[in-house]
Amino acid sequence: MRPPPTCWGSTPKGGGGRWAVLSLLLAIFFLTVSALAQDVGVLINALGPGDFKQREAAVTALVASGSEASVPVLEALVAGNLFIRKSDQKVFITVAKGDQLALTDPVGMASAGDGPKSDFEKVKVNNALRKSIQKAMGGLTLFSPDIAVRRKAAANILKSGDAAALPSLEKAIAAEKDLTLLAMLKQAAAAATLMSDRPEAEKLAAIDILKSRTDRDTSALLTAFAATADGGLKAAAEAAAQSIESGQAKWAAIQNIWYGLSLGSVLLLAAIGLAITFGVMGVINMAHGEMVMLGAYATYVVQGALAAYAPSVMPVSLLLAIPAAFLVSGGVGVAMERGIIRFLYGRPLETLLATWGLSLILQQAVRTIFGPTNKEVTQPSWMNGSIEIAGGLALTTNRVVILFFALAVFFGLMLLMRKTSMGLQMRAVTQNRPMANAMGIRSSWVDALTFGLGSGIAGLAGVALTQIDNVSPNLGQSYIIDSFLVVVFGGVGNLWGTLAGALTLGVTNKFLEPFAGAVLGKIIILVAVILFIQKRPRGLFALRGRWVDA
Amino acid sequence: MINPPTTTLLGRGGQIFLGVVLAVGVIVPALNLFLPATSALHVPDYLVTLLGKYLCYAVLALAVDLVWGFAGILSLGHGAFFALGGYVMGMYMMRQIGTRGVYGNPDLPDFMVFLNWKELPWYWQGFEYFPFALVMILFVPGLLAFVFGFLAFRSRVTGVYLSIITQAMTFALLLAFFRNDMGFGGNNGLTDFKDILGFAVQAPSTRGVLFLLSALALALCFVIARKIVASKLGRVLVSIRDAESRTRFLGYRVEHYKLFVFVVSAMMAGVAGALYVPQVGIINPSEFSPENSIETVIWTAFGGRGTLWGAALGAVVVNAAKSWLTGVMPDAWLFMLGGLFIVVTLFMPKGLAGLFAGWRKSPPVKSDPNLLPQAAE
Repeated sequence: MRPPPTCWGSTPKGGGGRWAVLSLLLAIFFLTVSALAQDVGVLINALGPGDFKQREAAVTALVASGSEASVPVLEALVAGNLFIRKSDQKVFITVAKGDQLALTDPVGMASAGDGPKSDFEKVKVNNALRKSIQKAMGGLTLFSPDIAVRRKAAANILKSGDAAALPSLEKAIAAEKDLTLLAMLKQAAAAATLMSDRPEAEKLAAIDILKSRTDRDTSALLTAFAATADGGLKAAAEAAAQSIESGQAKWAAIQNIWYGLSLGSVLLLAAIGLAITFGVMGVINMAHGEMVMLGAYATYVVQGALAAYAPSVMPVSLLLAIPAAFLVSGGVGVAMERGIIRFLYGRPLETLLATWGLSLILQQAVRTIFGPTNKEVTQPSWMNGSIEIAGGLALTTNRVVILFFALAVFFGLMLLMRKTSMGLQMRAVTQNRPMANAMGIRSSWVDALTFGLGSGIAGLAGVALTQIDNVSPNLGQSYIIDSFLVVVFGGVGNLWGTLAGALTLGVTNKFLEPFAGAVLGKIIILVAVILFIQKRPRGLFALRGRWVDA
Repeated sequence: MINPPTTTLLGRGGQIFLGVVLAVGVIVPALNLFLPATSALHVPDYLVTLLGKYLCYAVLALAVDLVWGFAGILSLGHGAFFALGGYVMGMYMMRQIGTRGVYGNPDLPDFMVFLNWKELPWYWQGFEYFPFALVMILFVPGLLAFVFGFLAFRSRVTGVYLSIITQAMTFALLLAFFRNDMGFGGNNGLTDFKDILGFAVQAPSTRGVLFLLSALALALCFVIARKIVASKLGRVLVSIRDAESRTRFLGYRVEHYKLFVFVVSAMMAGVAGALYVPQVGIINPSEFSPENSIETVIWTAFGGRGTLWGAALGAVVVNAAKSWLTGVMPDAWLFMLGGLFIVVTLFMPKGLAGLFAGWRKSPPVKSDPNLLPQAAE
């Protein structure tokens, strides 16, 4: 019922009479608008008198008008804010102000001053009416100027398959310009058609349209329809529901893989530093988790400093935190190596004890400085939200970023180990220390740097973990056992093993969860790793060599 | 840097240790029970419980030292055996509550009534009988150790790998016991005990007897452990610790020796847990947490690995320091504990026992660098 948009375009050009024609057209236009407005006014005022049945009819008439003005009126009606003036039976949207009511004229939404409560009577609703209003609102919001509101309205109808919304849907389809929304509206119309009394051919076409959807609601709708239909229609609906369900199973599997990869990437980040300190150097670093924790706190401090002194760079605070966390954790790592660990080489079990002691000290130090409570690390806006993929699969952006970050760190480390002279020296020292010494490598210096590198990478893990976990002094402890499992499972001393181990454990865990639940799934994983170690005591990718232990 | 096993059964240090343990076991409850509260020598009730707890920890440390100090098996999961022993005792005491529980159900413990369980699960059957529970205290941890050790030692999982999977074992049990469906009280564990063998658990006299029993258990475990390490079997264990492959090449079935000592040690840990639970009055899944097991290893290292009595002493000293410091300055405790580990590993490789040895001016043990412990590569 909107005024036809062509009335401006049809203005005749040139000639003396053009002003006359224009003003005439304008007059017609405004007349139409005010007539419409009056129309709506009448319809709205019709809400006032009578019983619930008459009110329902009035609501239906108002909705059928398709007028935008009816949305706030119906909202007010449901909320109990619609009052009728006793003197002239005129309906107002009101806000209570003591014993006064602030009035708003529903037509044009202009303020109409205040009035004493006693002059007004509330327009009452019952549950049945409330329900039908809410249903009708879906149809109304189909014409909202806000595309998000329209999308929501379409989604609602798609879910409910409300046959009553069919006429307004068809109107909306004719008017809709946005292509994706148009497709959705058509699907919504198909859902509504199924539930309506339209002819069978139309319903078959509707099933065809709905088949392309992949969500559970649609398959439920189709199944419900199949239960009431018969003949070819029933078969078609059942087949469509089935194809949607099998599609869902596929997407569920893909989703599990994604969750698994996401968990695996976190495990990888946590374990990769350990793969250096434990895997390459043979140091059982029980303080590894605390290096992760220090990285997280470095992120917190960097963000705090930026928020105080340079708020404009806050969006990239995480990027700035990466080098900071690396330096903090790496620095502590180098100090640890120089101060404690170098005296304990060749005594792995003593190292375990000393680093465990160190982890307690670091935890308590952080608790003393920053307090025992969780610290808030803000998420930059570019990591908010999620990436929608077909089949209702939504990947949260921060998880995607962490996956890529983990892979970047991994391959960066690979490059460093394979292509740089520092990496060469590291490998030389770990493979044959006396020979490396003889070749002029300062092995003690390389040890310190290697340990610093492993610790620094743990710090990088800390940066990533601030986005998905609580920053607290205990942050590291929750990852230490998982990290060791990943490294041992993958095979000590093998970075590829760590990658494979982390992703395998992550994906397996997520596939177990639907059947076994989170805790039991984890237990199964632990037992599986214990049994796996029996079969391959040196992990997935054991280093081959001719040495023999002890 | 571990003393070679003495060939005599106890050795002088061992004799002193036994004497002290037995004396403490008698004197502390006596001072608590027979002296009036006003006396200067009266031992308050809480102290009896606290010291009794330390004695249980000492048994646990002894068990760890038996496998770590003499067979080179660094178990980071001994807390699991301790907790299992504790759960067995807890199950017995839960069954003793009978109708005195909140829900007054004669068969089902309160948490099962709360979870709407209708009947006692099969694995709770028989725990109302004390002799059965006693057998289970040894059997359950022993069985777990046997299965776990059988698999691990047969596959020659050693060193760091073994340590990590023992940790995984106790972590898995921690998670499992947190589950309500397991039927062990979930998060809350087993608590609210009333009596043991008809004696009220809270009564000072019961506590005194439990204390004495803990001291006796410590003494008995010590003698058993000494007996093991002083025998030929102990010699083989030490050779396994120092050169496993060489021992195997000499024709010894290394895995059998390891399995035997691992199971014995697990049973000792189970006994420690069973004595611990009635004294502290609760057992919950946190006893399975890997941190506890690591701390036990620390006590052993601090007291002196491979000395047995040193491990027990370490458990008592570290825990006493913990109780005292967490009360006096709670923030400093972790600094102290952490610093302790570092200092001990760097400067006191023989632990407290090493200090005593130096103090008694006994001839320093000649250590061949080739025979250093190399439990992990």
